[in-house]
Amino acid sequence: MTDHAAHDHAVGLQDGAMASLLDGPPTLVTAGVELFESTLRDQGAEVVSVDWRPPVDGLSDELTRIAADPRTQTANATALERIVAAEPRWVGITTAGDAVGIERGQFLHAGPPITWERASGPMRGALIAAMLYEGMADTPEQAAAIGEAGELELAPCHSRGAVGPMAGVVSPSMPMFAIRNEAFGNTAYCTLNEGLGKVLRYGAYGREVIDRLRWMQKVLGPAMDAAVSQLGSLDVRAIIVQAMQMGDELHNRNRAASALLVREVVPPLLEAGIASSHLADVVRFINGNEHFFLNLGMPAAKSALDPARDLPGSSVVVAMARNGTDFGIQTSGTGDRWFTAPASVPDGLFLGDYGPEDANPDIGDSTITETGGMGGFAMAAAPAIVRFVGGQAADALHATRSMYAIALGEHPHFQIPILEFRGTPVGIDVTRIVRTGIVPAVNTGIAGKVPGTGQVGAGLVTPPMEVFTAAVRALAEAAESP
Amino acid sequence: MVDHLDVRRGAYADSVSLMQVSRRVGDVDGVTNALIAMATELNLGLLAGMGYDAPDAGPNDLVVAIRADDDDVLDAALAELDAALAASRGGGDQAGFGDAPAPRTTRDAAAFGGQLALISVPGEHAYVEALDALRAGLHVMIFSDNVPVDLEVALKTEAGHRGLLVMGPDAGTAIVSGVGLGFANVVSPGTVGIVAASGTGAQQLSCLLDDAGIGVSHVLGVGGRDLKAAVGGRSTLQAMRALDEDPATELIVLLSKPPDEAVATTIRAAAGQLATPVVFALLGLDQGELTEAAAEVAEALGVDFDPPRSWDAPTERSGAYTELRGLFAGGTLCQEAVLIAADAFGGVASNLTVPGAAPLTQGLDTPGHLLVDLGEDEYTLGHPHPMIDQGLRLERIAAEAARPGARVLLLDVVLGHGAHADPAGELAPAIADAIAAADDLAVVVSLCGTAGDPQGRDAQVAQLVQAGASVHLSNAAAAYRAVELLGGDA
Repeated sequence: MTDHAAHDHAVGLQDGAMASLLDGPPTLVTAGVELFESTLRDQGAEVVSVDWRPPVDGLSDELTRIAADPRTQTANATALERIVAAEPRWVGITTAGDAVGIERGQFLHAGPPITWERASGPMRGALIAAMLYEGMADTPEQAAAIGEAGELELAPCHSRGAVGPMAGVVSPSMPMFAIRNEAFGNTAYCTLNEGLGKVLRYGAYGREVIDRLRWMQKVLGPAMDAAVSQLGSLDVRAIIVQAMQMGDELHNRNRAASALLVREVVPPLLEAGIASSHLADVVRFINGNEHFFLNLGMPAAKSALDPARDLPGSSVVVAMARNGTDFGIQTSGTGDRWFTAPASVPDGLFLGDYGPEDANPDIGDSTITETGGMGGFAMAAAPAIVRFVGGQAADALHATRSMYAIALGEHPHFQIPILEFRGTPVGIDVTRIVRTGIVPAVNTGIAGKVPGTGQVGAGLVTPPMEVFTAAVRALAEAAESP
Repeated sequence: MVDHLDVRRGAYADSVSLMQVSRRVGDVDGVTNALIAMATELNLGLLAGMGYDAPDAGPNDLVVAIRADDDDVLDAALAELDAALAASRGGGDQAGFGDAPAPRTTRDAAAFGGQLALISVPGEHAYVEALDALRAGLHVMIFSDNVPVDLEVALKTEAGHRGLLVMGPDAGTAIVSGVGLGFANVVSPGTVGIVAASGTGAQQLSCLLDDAGIGVSHVLGVGGRDLKAAVGGRSTLQAMRALDEDPATELIVLLSKPPDEAVATTIRAAAGQLATPVVFALLGLDQGELTEAAAEVAEALGVDFDPPRSWDAPTERSGAYTELRGLFAGGTLCQEAVLIAADAFGGVASNLTVPGAAPLTQGLDTPGHLLVDLGEDEYTLGHPHPMIDQGLRLERIAAEAARPGARVLLLDVVLGHGAHADPAGELAPAIADAIAAADDLAVVVSLCGTAGDPQGRDAQVAQLVQAGASVHLSNAAAAYRAVELLGGDA
C-alpha cells in the first residue's frame, strides 16, 4: 500500500491523467451498491470494493463539512509531516519544579482534568503518595484530608508539556526526563519509572513507595543526569526504531528498549564518577525494570505530537489520555479542549488472584504511544503480548493493519519487519474513526481500583467512541466553508 | 460400546477451541459422546457425570474422553480429534497471517491501485468518498443522487486542479473502454465518444448507434446538473477534451437537455477548439429526439441510418382507445414520450416537470393521459430502481387492466449491465394477463438494448411480442405508435 501522505501532496495538474482514463479498460474501486461491483466483475474488470458502512451516529453532515473545509487537507498534511519528522533526544534530568513549573501544593496528573471528588482510587492514592513524598502530610489520612478540603491544585500533565504513566502524578521535587525534539526545538517531560508492583503511579503510597521516590530523587536522578551529560544527549528515536524490530511495541512491552538503554547508559555511568555503592544500585534498578524505557518513549511521543497542535482545521489526534475516571482526547484543530467520556475497564490478564472486579477504569497518559504510532498501532511488532488477551499472533498483525484505516499515513522510521518493514500507522484522524467505526487499538497496564493496591494486570482497552464523535462535531462547528 | 480416556500432559488449548473440537468429534457417526477439555475442576466434574473415573490430571492437561459404538468408530473419532486439534492450533494452510483487513474507505481501496472509482453510497455520504478518490488520483463516477450542488462544484473544481474527471453526481451510465459502469449496454467498440448529461438518454443513443452498426469508444456521464449555470459545464469540458485526445474517438456527441445559455456559449467555443468534430444532441421542446440524434451522428460519419427496428404486435390493434398510460423506468425516455404525447394531445399528466405536462392529481390513478417515471424518488424510497425491481410496474400493469375502458399502455424495457436479469420474463406474463383481463388494451414497448446485452435482446423481444405487445428499439417510435393507436396525429 502506498503512503497516503504522498497522495495528499499530489496536488496540481497531472498532464495525461485524463488520457490514461481512456487508454484501456480501467481498474476500479467501488463503494456502495453491490450490484454495480458484481456487474463489473462479470465484465472481467479488476475491482477493489470498499467495505463501506454509514458513519457512526449518522454524522455525515459533520464529516462533509470537515472534508470541505479548505484548511483541513493542508493542516492534516502539515500535522503528519511534523509528527514523523520529530527527532526526540534525551538531553537531561530536570526537577519537576523547573521542568513543568509547579510549586508546593501543585500537582500534575494523567489524563483530562480531574478533581479530587471525581478521582478514582489509584489517582487519589498517587496524590496521597506525592503529598507524603513532598512532606505535605505525615500520614495517608492527613493527605486525604488535604485532598478532600480541596487544597490541591491539579492540572493535566499534557497542559504542561509532560506525560505520566498510569496516575501520572508529578510533584515539584520529582526528577524528570527531558526529551528535546531537535527538529522543532520543543521539550517534553516525564518522571522516571519506578518499576512494577506497589508504586505511586498505580496508586500505592506505602513506606517503600515513598522511600523509593526519595532514592530516585537523591541517587537515580543525579546518576542518570550525569550519564546523559557524559553522552551529550541520547537519540531516543533510534532506540525505539531498534526495539520495534526486536519485538517491542513500546507501550506494554519495553523489554528490548530498556535493555538497549542499559547498554547505552552503563558506560557513561561508569565514567561519570558516581559512588560505587550507588552505581550498583542504579544499574540494578534500571536493569531490573523492563518498563524503564516507557518513561522515555512516552515523552518522545509527546515531543513529536506537540508541534502538530493548534493547526486550524486539522482533525488529527494530538493526545489520548485517561485519568482513571474519564478517557479524553485532544485534536489539533480544537486547541486545548478535551473531549471526554467515561473510561472503560481494560480487558486482559490479571496478576495472581486479581480479577476484573479489582480493576480500575483505564488510566494514564501512556496512550501517547498509540497517538504517536507505537503501542497498539505497532502491535504487529510485538506478537508476544497478544497473550495478555489470549489472542493469537495473527491478532497482533490484524491490530496494526486495522489501524491504517484511521491513520493519515505511515511512520517512515517505525518499521515492522513482518509487514515487510511497512511503517506503523500514524496521525490518527478522528474523521476516519467516525467514518469506519474503528477505534484506536490501545495496550495498557491495569491498576487496582483500591488505592495502594498497585498493578493488577495488563491488557487491551477500547476507547469510548463518544470522544471521537464529540471531536468531529466540534471540528464541524469550527469548519470554514469552501 | 467402547470407552476411551486419555490425558495429554501440557497440551493447552483455549476452552472455545476445545468446545469446537468436542463438537467435531461428537459429530462422528457412531460416537455417543465426547469430551475434549482441559482438566479443570469443572471439566473433571463433567467427566464424572459421563461415568468416567477421575484421571490424575490438572488444569494444564488435556483430557480426551470418547464413547463410541466400536473400535472402528473410535479410530475414526481419534483421527477427527487430531485433525480438529491441528486446525484449532492454526498453522499450516489454515493460519498464516491472513489477508489485510478489507478497506473501509475509498482512500484505502484506492491504495491498491485503480484509475476510476464508482461511488454509489447514499448521497449524503458521497462527497467524502469521492474526495478520497480524487485525492488518491482516481477519476470518479458518482452514481449517488442528492449531492448538494455546491459540493458538486467543489468536487469538480478539485478534479480540475488534478486533471481528473468527475462523472455525476446522479450519473447512471458510463462506458469506459468497453467497461460498463452503472446501467450500461454492451455496445460494439467504435469511434463515437458520447458525453452525456442523461443516463437513459446515453443508453438509448448508444443502443441505436450500435444497431446501426456504429460503435462507441466511450460514454462519459457528467450528471444532469453539469450544464446548468451553477456547475458551468466543468465535467463536460473535461470529458470533451479527454475524448479529443483519445485516439479511438473520431466524433464527439454531446447529449444534454438544453444547457444554460452562458454555459452553452462556453461549450460551443470549447468545441470549436477541438480537433475532433462535435455533434450537439440537445433534447427538449423544439429540440431533437434521441433517434434524430442517432441519425445525425450517422450522417456526420457518412453512414446510412435506417429507422430503428420494431416488431408489430401479433394481433393488429385498433380500437376506440381513450387514454395513454405510460409506465417508465428510464427518466429521459419518459420525458421524450411526454413531449411527444403532449404535442399530440395538447396535455398529459406526469410526475416529470416538462412543458405540456400537468402534475398528477390522484397519483398513479390520475385519469386521462398519464406518463410517469417510476424511477423518480417518490417511487424509489425504500425500493430498488424499477430497472432492477419491476414490482411496482407489474402491480400497475394489473391495475390498468382492471379499469373499465380501452387504453394504450406504453412501457420501456431497459437491458444491459446493472438492469434486471430478465425483465421480459416478468413483464410478458403480466402483459398477456393484462390484455386478457382488460376490456381492450394495446401494449407498446420501447426496448432499449443491444444484441450483445447479457439479457439477450432478441429473446426478450420475442417474449414481449408473444405476450401481445409491439416492440420498438426507438423510444420515440414507440411513443408515436402509441399516439397513433389513440388516433392522434403521429
